Amino acid sequence: MPVLSYREALRSTLREELIRDDNVFLIGEEIGVFEGSYKITEGLLGEFGDKRVRDTPISEEGFVGAAIGAAMLGLRPVVELMTINFSLIAIDQIVNHAAKIYGMFGGQTSVPMVIRMPGGGGQQLGATHSQNIELYYAFVPGLKVVAPSTPADAKALLRTAIRDDDPVLFLENLALYNVKGEVPEDLPTAEIGRAAVTRPGTDITLIGYSRMAAVALDAAEKLAAEGVSAEVVDLRSLRPLDRETLVRSVRRTGCAVVAEDDWLTYGIGAEVAASISEGAFDHLDAPVRRVAAAEVPLPYAKSLEDAALPSVDSVLTAARETLHAVGRR
Amino acid sequence: MATRTARRRNEATTIDHAPISSEDPDTLRQYLRQMALIRRFEERAAQGYTQARIGGYCHLNLGEEATVVGTMAALHPTDYLFTNYREHGYAIAKGIDPGRVMAELYGRTTGTSKGWGGSMHMFDTEARLLGGYGIVGGQLPLATGAALAVTYRGGDEVVLCQMGDGTTNIGAFHESLNLAVLWNLPIVFLVVNNDLGMGTTVDRSSAEPELFKRASAYRMHGERVDGADVLAVHAATARLVERARTESRPALLEAVSKRLKGHSVVDPARYRSADDVAAARDADPLVRFRAALAAARVFDEAELDTVVAEGRAAADDAVAFAAKSPHPDVATLFDHTYATPVASVARRLPADPIF
Ligand SMILES: Cc1ncc(C[n+]2csc(CCOP(=O)(O)OP(=O)(O)O)c2C)c(N)n1
Ligand SMILES: [Mg+2]
Repeated sequence: MPVLSYREALRSTLREELIRDDNVFLIGEEIGVFEGSYKITEGLLGEFGDKRVRDTPISEEGFVGAAIGAAMLGLRPVVELMTINFSLIAIDQIVNHAAKIYGMFGGQTSVPMVIRMPGGGGQQLGATHSQNIELYYAFVPGLKVVAPSTPADAKALLRTAIRDDDPVLFLENLALYNVKGEVPEDLPTAEIGRAAVTRPGTDITLIGYSRMAAVALDAAEKLAAEGVSAEVVDLRSLRPLDRETLVRSVRRTGCAVVAEDDWLTYGIGAEVAASISEGAFDHLDAPVRRVAAAEVPLPYAKSLEDAALPSVDSVLTAARETLHAVGRR
Repeated sequence: MATRTARRRNEATTIDHAPISSEDPDTLRQYLRQMALIRRFEERAAQGYTQARIGGYCHLNLGEEATVVGTMAALHPTDYLFTNYREHGYAIAKGIDPGRVMAELYGRTTGTSKGWGGSMHMFDTEARLLGGYGIVGGQLPLATGAALAVTYRGGDEVVLCQMGDGTTNIGAFHESLNLAVLWNLPIVFLVVNNDLGMGTTVDRSSAEPELFKRASAYRMHGERVDGADVLAVHAATARLVERARTESRPALLEAVSKRLKGHSVVDPARYRSADDVAAARDADPLVRFRAALAAARVFDEAELDTVVAEGRAAADDAVAFAAKSPHPDVATLFDHTYATPVASVARRLPADPIF
């Protein structure tokens, strides 16, 4: 089975979709001549030309809005935002237009577009360049938000997102770009709105998305060595949120830890915990535990940044304490 | 301030147009009829609001009828239109049945947006009105992208993007003009300068109060027209639209026209001086056009009365249509969240449990 990096999975999917459909085009800052800030679009300008791979000025509001307008006429733009932090400049177009145009006009025009953007801290980029603010978009009906954690999912979900008729925010992660994984040739189609049980288990459910879904798998591996059978659920889709899969798991295991790179208060984990409490209340043997970033603007200094971000150890700590509370250790 | 106001910022350079007597009488009749229709339509909208048949925000085109009719007459049916929230007249003049426009105000299923949009959010695929937008400046990047899609496909449609004077101060305006020039897009940006945002004058909001000049920062052609003169508006728009179509180059047209009433139907506009209100009344484009037609002896008074009455009757018919149209069924509440069906979507009313 071919092994690809997360970056290569994205790049090859963009290339395949550009070949497959003339209506697909890429648009963003520095994606053409410069080949992308994180080199996801390497080689694509040379192969497809500047009509299909369009460099823009530093005008996030302008070109995100332009992509929406082009999508309204039936093109399928794939926007790259350098990082999710800069999406704040375009949030009006995303929230007030991409998310609203289908419903607000009574279903007359869809907005078939994708906005790709990496989030993630841990790169010592400081407070303005290290945020995990996907919640802002996951909050909004009309948007779809997906967050793959593996190269195979990156490929499958990007393909689905490009072929979907709604605006899909596609969350990448700086820490995952170089991660390698198996990507089968006959990759099954991914469905938006579906979580995945990435490791079956019986003692505790560990839940994550994007980088933290990978971290949760690491933690499960370590717990296995301690004789604990942890089930891991990768959310994959933040909107819609697949509550059924979460609740089904916790109804069996009776306890859960949800791990997220964003801030705890009002974060994605809060919604997950609330959903579990509503759907699995009678099965819970302990409160749902949340592992999330410290609530500070992320500092630059490595020691401080490391302390602020969740890690395998923080997931393990929360898992062990939860297992202890339910008497499974 | 003194030096700026000395520049006679709102004086319109009236574009030459052929003498009224040389215009096609049917065209002139159609302009007058549409202007009278829009005038009456907006008066009926205001009335519907006070009768609580219309809710939300409601901004009228009263005083801007010449700009509305002149610009829309210059477009091909296949040209695209994006507007702000002050768009009832544009929707009608772009070819949407006035009954459907009024039905949208009434929140009925027969409305342009099936009752989902209201006054600020009219849309019609067939007429190619690609939306009224309530976020000031929000329509500019969208319109720019629509023009990009036209060039992407090698089409010959033009996009007209309407906005108010206050909109020229927001970032989206500047980003969109820059992109439109860089990408050689067939788009005309129409700035309707009524000298007011809500209550803030152009002088108090725009460091360059001669708004058409703002285009020059992007090496875009900009010009100003008397927005109360329907023939001048039509001539200028037609020229810029055809230039956009044949040369794929953007332009900005500033139409100076007074707002006859408040910012929205609930605004008594107490901030306006008596002089300003009187000047707006004196500049009434409908009165002016009718007088010009009479002076040029194109139609006699009886004929003019008939045309105006036809326009007014069409507006009254629109109200009757809206009033008898059905309200949306609550069962349709979840019909328009996503175009592609999606798993796990929550269809719950406020008190429903998730599980
Ligand atoms: C981004 C944004 N800010 C503020 C408002 C509130 N608002 C609605 S209309 C308006 C004035 C706009 O003036 P102008 O562009 O001249 O248009 P006009 O109403 O005169 O046609 C304001 C401030 C808004 N809708 N959107
Ligand atoms: Mg104004």
